[in-house]
Amino acid sequence: MPVLNMVEAIRATLAAEMTRDERIILLGQDIGRNGGMFRATEGLQQRFGEDRVVDMPLAEGVIVGSAVGLACSGLRPVPEIQFLGFASQAFHQLEGQVARMRFRSQGRFPIPVVIRAPFGGNVRTPEMHSDAHEAKYANSPGLKVVMPASARDAKGLLTEAIRGEDPVLFCEPLRGYRLIKDEVPEDDYATQFGRLRTVREGSDVTLVAWSAAVVVAEQAAELGAAEGISCQVVDLRTLVSLDAGGLGEAVARTGRAVVIHEAPLTAGFGAEVVATIVEEAFWSLTAPIARVAAPDTPYPISSLEALYVPSAERALRTIRRVMQAG
Amino acid sequence: MADGSATVAFRGNRVGAVATATERPAPTRILAPDGTVPDGSRPPLPVDELLAAFRLMLLSRRVDERASNLQRQGRLGTFSPVHGQEASVVGSARALDPVRDWVVPQYRELPAMLRHGYTLERFFLYFKGNPEGNRMPDGVKLLPYQISLATQLPHAVGLAWGLRHQGLDGVVCVYFGDGGSSEGDFHEACNLAGLRRAPVIFLLQNNGWAISTPVRKQTAAPSLASRAAGYGFPGELVDGDDFFAVYDATSRAVARARAGEGPTLIEARTYRMGPHNTADDPTRYVDPAELEVHRALDPLTRLRAFLEDSGVLQAEVEERMRTEIEQEVAGALAAAEAHPGPHPAQIFDHVYGEEPARLAAQRRALEDGL
Ligand SMILES: Cc1ncc(C[n+]2csc(CCOP(=O)(O)OP(=O)(O)O)c2C)c(N)n1
Repeated sequence: MPVLNMVEAIRATLAAEMTRDERIILLGQDIGRNGGMFRATEGLQQRFGEDRVVDMPLAEGVIVGSAVGLACSGLRPVPEIQFLGFASQAFHQLEGQVARMRFRSQGRFPIPVVIRAPFGGNVRTPEMHSDAHEAKYANSPGLKVVMPASARDAKGLLTEAIRGEDPVLFCEPLRGYRLIKDEVPEDDYATQFGRLRTVREGSDVTLVAWSAAVVVAEQAAELGAAEGISCQVVDLRTLVSLDAGGLGEAVARTGRAVVIHEAPLTAGFGAEVVATIVEEAFWSLTAPIARVAAPDTPYPISSLEALYVPSAERALRTIRRVMQAG
Repeated sequence: MADGSATVAFRGNRVGAVATATERPAPTRILAPDGTVPDGSRPPLPVDELLAAFRLMLLSRRVDERASNLQRQGRLGTFSPVHGQEASVVGSARALDPVRDWVVPQYRELPAMLRHGYTLERFFLYFKGNPEGNRMPDGVKLLPYQISLATQLPHAVGLAWGLRHQGLDGVVCVYFGDGGSSEGDFHEACNLAGLRRAPVIFLLQNNGWAISTPVRKQTAAPSLASRAAGYGFPGELVDGDDFFAVYDATSRAVARARAGEGPTLIEARTYRMGPHNTADDPTRYVDPAELEVHRALDPLTRLRAFLEDSGVLQAEVEERMRTEIEQEVAGALAAAEAHPGPHPAQIFDHVYGEEPARLAAQRRALEDGL
């Protein structure tokens, strides 16, 4: 089985889906000759032409807004937003239009649009390029929010997103584009939404994460193992649809939970995860649930970001605290 | 110089430039307010078409009255009358081909929607708050109402681009107002439309108001149509109360778009004769004298005068139209009022194609509670 990094898996999936379905067109800033900021679309314009891999003007609102119209015309656009933070420039189109068109039109206009957006910190980007804004979109009914943490899942989940009928915000971890590498089956497969993935078995505490934070959770689990703490690691994969049942079962197996995410603490998606665990697994809990998140400050300039983004060491301190509590 | 305040900000020879830039250009007009065609040339429309257009304007005016009364009686929710803008809506809509062209509405274009295949029954349902009212009939080339101003402009551009991408020859006509033209979506949509030579017509109804904000507080630009130049396509300013001028400009824009020559911005300068919507009290901000000026320019009266003078329309014919319209409106209203109303669990329908488990559980919980 070939080992691919995440960006290779995404590029191969886009190419395969475009070959399979002529209705798919890619839109984005610098995605053509330049192949995208992170090369996710490298070579695709040469292969599929300028009409299907479209360099767009610097205007996120109309990149997303025109995708709504393209979808109404019967196409399946896959717009790329260069950095998730800049999707805020299209938030009114995403939350207000993409997410609701099917609902408002009573099913007449489904919006099979997949918006790809890299996000996340610790890559020393300029200011305002690193925000983890997933919770805002998870709170926008009509959208699905997908956050792969492995190359294998990037392929399976992107395939599922592109073939589905619902609009999807597909968040790609910047830091993981090249660092995350794993075996990606060559055959055609789609990974169903709403099914979490157990990354590592463990019996003392369940670490819950998504996207690049899964890597942090795995590192923390290693550190924990060295101290005799057995950590289970689960990757939510999709925030919408959320695998509430799977989450409850995972935590019930250990009785303890630590949620790790890159976004600031307050109103981060971790709050939703904790509430869900309480609903699903309250009687199995032997300790208070804890969260490891960014502080409630704006994302800082790069020399401070290592302190800001949760690290394995910070996660370990929280894990120790949870182990002592119950 | 009319606007003395402009001299305060600028000195020297800049004053002259400012004065020129604030002059409002005159819109193109074919049909004079008295119903004559001064230069003798007008779009060559068959009698049937002229009567159909007039009837649609008449129907629109009647629906405004009926719906406003129904709203006062609590039988209908808040809605925005077309009153005053009939020529601009009907003139543009009738230049489109409902079989292949699309209409992307805002919320004040009922006659354009009806002409494209929407029904009065659905109109009443929508303004009664029934979600069925926003479902455009299958095959009808209409997007839903748009309430979030100007967001429909990028949709229209994408739709037009998508049609062209698939080798179809449809044209998209998108409606919006002077207020909406201040939104960023307007700029982004025009810019992309120009780049992609999208077959789209930006039909800007400049009705003088965005709720209580007059156009002079919306923009310093003397003409909204002139903005098109900045996007690399033509813009045209027409008298929006002149059915022929709007029809003519739209027809030419349709022909250009169909020939692959790209977008057109049409500013139809008209006037909102009624309230912004049924919850608005325009006496708080509209100068009655200004209203009287515009009453004399009424688009319906103007077209009627022309049709009567040309011998196309007789009083009996209009009377017959009115009787038919009365029945049509009554029938649609009765059907909408007989509608059982949405099932509560309908709020879960069409949120997703593939429903997340959590939403399915919420649906079951609601159904169990009923
Ligand atoms: C994005 C947005 N902002 C504000 C409003 C509230 N609002 C509804 S109608 C309106 C004025 C619209 O004026 P205009 O665009 O000129 O259209 P008109 O109503 O005159 O036809 C406003 C401010 C809205 N619906 N959407």
